[in-house]
Amino acid sequence: MQPADRTSERRAWMGELAKASCDDLETAWNALPEKPDWQWLRKPETGLVMVRGRAGGTGGAFNLGEMTVTRCALTIDAGTTGYGYVAGRNARHAELAAVFDALLQSPHGPDLKKTLLEPLAETRSKTERRKQAKAAATRVEFFTMVRGED
Amino acid sequence: MYVAVKGGERAIENAHRLLDEERRGDPEIPEVTLDQIAGQLGLAVDRVMTEGSLHDRELAALAIKQARGDLIEAIFLLRAYRTTLPRFGYAEPIETADMSIQRRISATYKDLPGGQVLGPTFDYTHRLLDFQLAADGGTHPEPAAEAEPSDAPVPRVVDILNHEGLIEEERPEPAEASVGDLTRDPLTFPAGRDLRLQNLARGDEGFLLALGYSTQRGYGRTHPFAGEIRLGDVTVEFEPEELGFPVEIGEIAVTECQMINQFQGSAEVPPQFSRGYGLTFGHCERKAMAMALVDRSLRCREFGEEAGSPAQDEEFVLSHSDNVQSTGFVEHLKLPHYVDFQSELELVRKMRAAIDTPMKSAAE
Repeated sequence: MQPADRTSERRAWMGELAKASCDDLETAWNALPEKPDWQWLRKPETGLVMVRGRAGGTGGAFNLGEMTVTRCALTIDAGTTGYGYVAGRNARHAELAAVFDALLQSPHGPDLKKTLLEPLAETRSKTERRKQAKAAATRVEFFTMVRGED
Repeated sequence: MYVAVKGGERAIENAHRLLDEERRGDPEIPEVTLDQIAGQLGLAVDRVMTEGSLHDRELAALAIKQARGDLIEAIFLLRAYRTTLPRFGYAEPIETADMSIQRRISATYKDLPGGQVLGPTFDYTHRLLDFQLAADGGTHPEPAAEAEPSDAPVPRVVDILNHEGLIEEERPEPAEASVGDLTRDPLTFPAGRDLRLQNLARGDEGFLLALGYSTQRGYGRTHPFAGEIRLGDVTVEFEPEELGFPVEIGEIAVTECQMINQFQGSAEVPPQFSRGYGLTFGHCERKAMAMALVDRSLRCREFGEEAGSPAQDEEFVLSHSDNVQSTGFVEHLKLPHYVDFQSELELVRKMRAAIDTPMKSAAE
């Protein structure tokens, strides 16, 4: 696999881990047959990221306001580094995201993609679909009244 | 003059205890939880996040609880909290065209790609008090209806007009690194649109609402149409230095308003529509609309428009929009001004004496 593909694959799973609920990650962690040891490179730390918008949606960037973000970094026993960057202040969420980021780069990766990433993506798309369905029911269906015989 | 300043400690301590008791209210009634505030007073949470300039639902709910529902006090608490955290950096600008739409309406086109999606709105309600909500047993609303969602894209209304070349285009600035940040550098005038939008985004809803209304009533008319209002979730991407590529860190709900305004044209530019923009965290529709109106008003010089109304006065608007600053200066009048007042008192006495003395001598 090309390094660019590897990066885009990693970006995708880091996003999936950040958007997953901490409970779902905890369940996946508990289901792991063998759990790796890890050493902290950076313990979970909560800070701020400034969210930006664009004037008119497409124009010059401006600072909208900050959001809380928790990050951490660790290495698993095989020497692979994992990072967690997740919205909010949940240290455990960042920790699990980082462990799974490391595991997904390890020889366990291919298995985890099936047992972890696919169900997470499915859960997210189901929730999303449900929300979309409720919004879709509020779409206005215009109709025109026709008066008279002709 | 020496003024004794000691002696208030016990009174202050007891005042805080009284405040705690008042906040809790009747202990026989269950205490409100943060989940209840975040879930059932969601629009208060959205406003506090937007004007507190910090997206964190749980913290905003806590601030509202601690402030006893005083939203400006809650905004103040959130602003104070943010100063205790390190800044990791700046996110990539959010892409509102890719929003997962919860609500999307346009007042300029009836039929448009993606349709009119009303979403959870107060519009079309009769504004009659609903006494069912007052019932003790709790309410169990009918589950929301569902329909097959469409996968068709929902383009921005302004982009549709753009294809005809009838509206000004918004293009990114070449140097994105130099985006101004009010949390880092104090505001100076004239302010660029980046700083104006940041200021308006965290500005007080009531203040911007009144200014926006004033433009509609003739104090700097801009002939606005609500081109589009959309609400929904967008993904936030951030590039950590150590990774060297951007990653998605989460999703947030935002409200966006695109106002379409008249512009007569000038020697260089043919007549076309101009734009005002509003963006907030969460569902703050009134705020987003007011922001868009004021954004457009503040662009008067850009369009060579006569500028004599309050909503067109950049220094006036931007200096008074922040409710934490405003409340700080207004409420500081409560603090002891004993010495200042003593000197004023002396002055008035002297002035009175100066007037009284000649009158007395004239009478004798």
